[in-house]
Amino acid sequence: MKSLDDLKKIRDAAQRKVTMRGKNEGTRILVGMATCGISAGARPVMNKLVEDIAEKDIPNVTVTPVGCIGECAIEPIVEVLEGEKRTTYCRVDVDVAERIINEHIIGGKVVQDNLIGKYRL
Amino acid sequence: MIERAHVLICSGSMCVSRGAKSLRSEFEEHLTRLGIRDEIKLVNTGCVGLCEQGPFVIIYPEGVFYALVKNKDIKTICEEHLYKGRIVEKLVFDEAMTDEKEIKAFDEIKFYSKQTRVALRNCGLINPDDIEEYIARDGYRGLGKALLEMTPLEVIEEMQASGLRGRGGGGFPTGLKWKFAYQNESDQKFVICNADEGDPGAFMDRALLEGDPHAVLEGLMIAGYAIGADKGYIYVRIEYPTAIEKLKIAISQAKELGLLGKNIFGSGFDFDIEIRLGAGAFVCGEETALIASIEGGRGMSRNKPPFPAAKGLWGKPTIINNVETLANVSAILYIGAKEFAKIGTEKSKGTKVFSLGGNIKNAGLVEVPMGTTLREVIYEIGGGIPQNKQLKAVQTGGPSGGAIPESLLDMPIEYETLVEAGSMMGSGGMVVIDEDNCMVDICRFYLEFTVDESCGKCTPCREGTKKMYEMLEIISSGEGTLEDIDRLEKLAKMVKSSSLCGLGQAAPNPILSMLEHFREEFEAHVVDKRCPGGVCKPLIHLEITKDCIGCTKCATNCPVDCISGSIKQLHEIDTSACIKCGICKNICPVDAIISV
Ligand SMILES: Cc1cc2nc3c(=O)[nH]c(=O)nc-3n(C[C@H](O)[C@H](O)[C@H](O)COP(=O)(O)O)c2cc1C
Ligand code: SF4
Ligand code: SF4
Ligand code: FES
Ligand code: FES
Repeated sequence: MKSLDDLKKIRDAAQRKVTMRGKNEGTRILVGMATCGISAGARPVMNKLVEDIAEKDIPNVTVTPVGCIGECAIEPIVEVLEGEKRTTYCRVDVDVAERIINEHIIGGKVVQDNLIGKYRL
Repeated sequence: MIERAHVLICSGSMCVSRGAKSLRSEFEEHLTRLGIRDEIKLVNTGCVGLCEQGPFVIIYPEGVFYALVKNKDIKTICEEHLYKGRIVEKLVFDEAMTDEKEIKAFDEIKFYSKQTRVALRNCGLINPDDIEEYIARDGYRGLGKALLEMTPLEVIEEMQASGLRGRGGGGFPTGLKWKFAYQNESDQKFVICNADEGDPGAFMDRALLEGDPHAVLEGLMIAGYAIGADKGYIYVRIEYPTAIEKLKIAISQAKELGLLGKNIFGSGFDFDIEIRLGAGAFVCGEETALIASIEGGRGMSRNKPPFPAAKGLWGKPTIINNVETLANVSAILYIGAKEFAKIGTEKSKGTKVFSLGGNIKNAGLVEVPMGTTLREVIYEIGGGIPQNKQLKAVQTGGPSGGAIPESLLDMPIEYETLVEAGSMMGSGGMVVIDEDNCMVDICRFYLEFTVDESCGKCTPCREGTKKMYEMLEIISSGEGTLEDIDRLEKLAKMVKSSSLCGLGQAAPNPILSMLEHFREEFEAHVVDKRCPGGVCKPLIHLEITKDCIGCTKCATNCPVDCISGSIKQLHEIDTSACIKCGICKNICPVDAIISV
């Protein structure tokens, strides 16, 4: 340890290790992971979301599996919670997951194609 | 693979003794079986504070708080929560669930929301075996700031501005103590961390060392820099094997990163830390006895002055600070004296950690801002007294402290107010005493401890504690007189004023404070031959009231068969044969057995 900069480097690299613990006030992405969700392919979707967030180093976004959302027919379902705002996507596959990250989380624009309204009339 | 969830497993001593040891391997097994081992990070942390409800598992990002977790629950947690995202409600800590069955996050639970965590800032949140997690939470920034941007004198001034006072019992201003050692010129100086923690029932320091050892190491290094010492010792009792292990790991990791050793941060400051084990004698927590013990001599106190800051270890200027004090030091350097001084009251700054125990629901470790009232600690954080019993007193300061009666519960916790109430802050033991306790008996408990622990060097303490103990025995047996109580008080005052060291000087405190607040209870023993708490065996008689439903439970369980009565009939105790074991009283389903 030769300087404060050295310490800061370790700190910045290590922060990812602990930021998840504590209050999470950022964006939360929920993935429906009940039996139906898993069989519809929710797990690779979740993994993709987690990987992209890490790779692109997006701060304050967590991915959490949640139980049955009650729409088994249009799984996998992914919900994005930003404060009070809730956006629900369905029939999400790995490609759509990538779009959610790029267009919605980073770009701030909802991915219209997979909004739940389109499927549930 | 990046982990999407962190599973924190409390691995503090208390949880381990309650079965937390194999939780981790259970998690490994089930997560691997489910094919999600890579997605989840497992972290063994230090004590999260609510020991009585442990073992604990906390899962982030949701912050779900599982209590009383057993090995067999891990399968469910893995399959439901981690695999499918369904929170296992039946395992969620009671107080983390709202009436609407909503799950509250960790820091929204009343037990935590009333606390302010400075010394315990990382306890239960990081892996103590990983220096990077400490650094990620801004660890060692304070040390860096001190070494590179401040002179030793500026560090001392910062400490004085913070208002920090010693958390080991005495409450001496930390900055002032450092200043004395700073001013005493010498070719060699030392700093010592006092981790002896001798108070029966206290475990704040153990929890800190186990849960966040780097916070203590950092504090010790800052102290070393401030007074001009390049060597530090940590004196820890051998009964704390986990704490010792964590310290060893922490020291070697700090060395590896160059945070200990030569030329730290390129500042030219060298520092080395050595662990010294104590055999666990109470008197060795006293600073001069502690020094004697490190030097290899018998742990006996000596007269002060000279104070250690002038002539300490091997005759060199030495600073001794408590574990919790040092954990505060590292926080102060980082957050700044100004921020720190905003916490607490005019004369008592910052927070204090207490080990809350006795007749209390949420027994465990709590850290509150100075100025919090005892009532808040006991009822809001501690969750009150089990079975809605009446609170009689709160004991603070362990064998050197006293009891504060219920009428003073709204008093703010400060060094001075506690002394005014006849007790003291001490190192942080806080024992809640309910109506079913006897104050004479509690005095006897503490005196038994001090009789054992007196080092024997001076007569008032060696003989006085023994004599006081005998007098308490006489009073509790019902054979005492009012004169005995007066004589006890006189002797207590004498021992207090004439003993050589803090052990003997404080040993009479439990007696003096109980006599001040609960004299009538002592008098009841000698005048009415009655023990109001129903504890002192020679004075209690068990009786069955009309509430008896004739279940026969008491008769079946009485070891000497002295209870008679037929089924569905009022039972009766033959008091001449009764050995007063209390088994019947505890077993009666309708509380029909009372002690009179
Ligand atoms: C009998 C006796 C036992 C003590 N035990 C401890 C102890 O276990 N831990 C501790 O930190 N201080 C203990 N002290 C107080 C120390 O002598 C000393 O005041 C303290 O470690 C100074 O550190 P501080 O200023 O940071 O509180 C004890 C004092 C006496 C008289
Ligand atoms: S007061 Fe007690 S412990 Fe202290 S020196 Fe005297 S005998 Fe020893
Ligand atoms: S246990 Fe209580 S209720 Fe049952 S027989 Fe004994 S006194 Fe009566
Ligand atoms: S040791 Fe686990 S809560 Fe204290
Ligand atoms: S022996 Fe009689 S009450 Fe226990």
